[in-house]
Amino acid sequence: MNAFLAGNSLMRGLYCWLAANQGNAQECSPGWQPGMAARDGLLPAGWEWLAFAVTASVAAFLVLNLFLLLAMFYTYLERRLIGRFQVRIGPNRTGPWGLLQPVADAIKLLTKESIIPDGADRWLFNLAPIAMVVTMFMVLAVLPFGEGTFIADINVGLLFLIAVTSVNALAVFMAGVASGNRYAMFGGVRAVAQLISYEVPMVLSVVGVLLLAGSLSLVDIVNAQRVPFLLLQPLGFFIFVVGASAEMNRPPFDTLEAESEIVAGYHTEYSGMKFGYFWLAEYSAVLTTSGVIATLFLNGWQGPLLPSHVWFLLKVFGLAFVFIWVRSTLPRVRIDQTMAFAWKFLLPLGLLNIFVTAAEILVLGQPQGEGRVFSTGGLWLMAGINVTVTIGSVAVFSRLVSLRTPALPVPAAHLSRVEAR
Amino acid sequence: MAQTVLFWALAVAAVASAVAVVTMRNILRAAVMLAVSFLAVAGLFVLLNADFLAVVQVLIYVGAVSVLLVFAVLLTGDAQAGSASNRLRVPGAMLSVLLLAALGAVALRTDWALLEGVAPGTFALVQEVLTETPQQLADLLLSNWSLPFEVASVLLLAAIVGALVLVRERHP
Repeated sequence: MNAFLAGNSLMRGLYCWLAANQGNAQECSPGWQPGMAARDGLLPAGWEWLAFAVTASVAAFLVLNLFLLLAMFYTYLERRLIGRFQVRIGPNRTGPWGLLQPVADAIKLLTKESIIPDGADRWLFNLAPIAMVVTMFMVLAVLPFGEGTFIADINVGLLFLIAVTSVNALAVFMAGVASGNRYAMFGGVRAVAQLISYEVPMVLSVVGVLLLAGSLSLVDIVNAQRVPFLLLQPLGFFIFVVGASAEMNRPPFDTLEAESEIVAGYHTEYSGMKFGYFWLAEYSAVLTTSGVIATLFLNGWQGPLLPSHVWFLLKVFGLAFVFIWVRSTLPRVRIDQTMAFAWKFLLPLGLLNIFVTAAEILVLGQPQGEGRVFSTGGLWLMAGINVTVTIGSVAVFSRLVSLRTPALPVPAAHLSRVEAR
Repeated sequence: MAQTVLFWALAVAAVASAVAVVTMRNILRAAVMLAVSFLAVAGLFVLLNADFLAVVQVLIYVGAVSVLLVFAVLLTGDAQAGSASNRLRVPGAMLSVLLLAALGAVALRTDWALLEGVAPGTFALVQEVLTETPQQLADLLLSNWSLPFEVASVLLLAAIVGALVLVRERHP
């Protein structure tokens, strides 16, 4: 238990107030020396687990609610910015500058009738939105928001992140099939196919970060970044950002629920706050994913002058702005193009990235202890090589892989198969 | 104390949802119960300090296997009607009993008191091994057990190629 608290200023204060004693004196007072008397906590010895449970709950409550406030602000930001990009004004009537628009949206969703269709599996139909939101918020458990500010620093943090987001696919599938509607089911199948496909290049793209940082813990990964890994891993960054925008159903990969072209997709039958949950999961995913990208590639909370939390938020909202920008600029791609892009373009590039990174670490890194360290010159050389490799490989691969429409006329049987996939 | 409570909660959840998988008629609900069972087992791994295994359990079993299972079942014929036929019930039961006997025998013969019987000086060492599981597993997989590791990946490759050959469309 105490290992969780090391370097965790978010939770240490409350925990120590509740359960400081001889056993954890070192964690509880920074200037503690052997022989010094330990302060007594509120709870007697042997009740550390209760202190831990209370502390973790309070920290989770705080983080989750602050995050929801940010997500609320983000929906406003996205709508306003998209308005600007489309040369219109966007929501500006509710409250000053339209700032209360998210509140109005939430009240609207809460007061709408929640319809459960006759053919639906009630139990799974109600469970799916909850599963969706929970998996989205689990990411917050391992994300370091600032120096010493995180809920848990587990030593498989990155893998945890990938694992909980992969459960997302099950929730989407549940929603689609439990609706008892053909369109929703096809939407679910389509969504799961895309989610599973883009997981592969995404996981491959973070392997380069892992090799450089030598740890799966997100806190260690932030500390290992003397220079942002964006410079050392431009190809990994590119693949991760593209894969993430596909995982989040963001344009240009939003064929899953292209509202202007096809029936919405897995959440066709949802209304009221259950639809609101999907909506919330989708919008908050942008913020959590931006947080993950900032942690893995942009130095996390590190930065000069400003406090670490401010840096983290700046990076998160900077990335979120890029996602909004991409959404309002790029046209949508077809579903077969989306899938081909994952398997034929991103996957080989991900493998290439791992190979190049591993070779560089072997050649440029000097062995020290269990890991390898790099000189400043080595790091610059590595950045130069990797930027060249990125530009070159993207140029070559975009020539090799064609995403053209299959030659017409297409046999009817073939068409239906392509669509069902 | 807290660990005992958690263990029993997780164990009961795992077994109950596993029973539900077998008894439920609705195939989709059964699949969701299977995912719940996998999640509970992941919780048990956490209690055993096997954090890497726990996360991999969630990643592979909950995130991939159960989804692919539902996928495969839903896309093959009349799965909506309910659980498939029962012709294999007897061999299935026999196999399950054999598996249970084997696992029980292994569980009973294993010396579980890993940390209790350890000499005081080596306690920290054992604890370190138990907390640094990814590194330890990686070292073992890429040194002593690299051959099984590679063979497993070749097996997966063969499965992928086989699946491709089976579903490939033959253009005239």
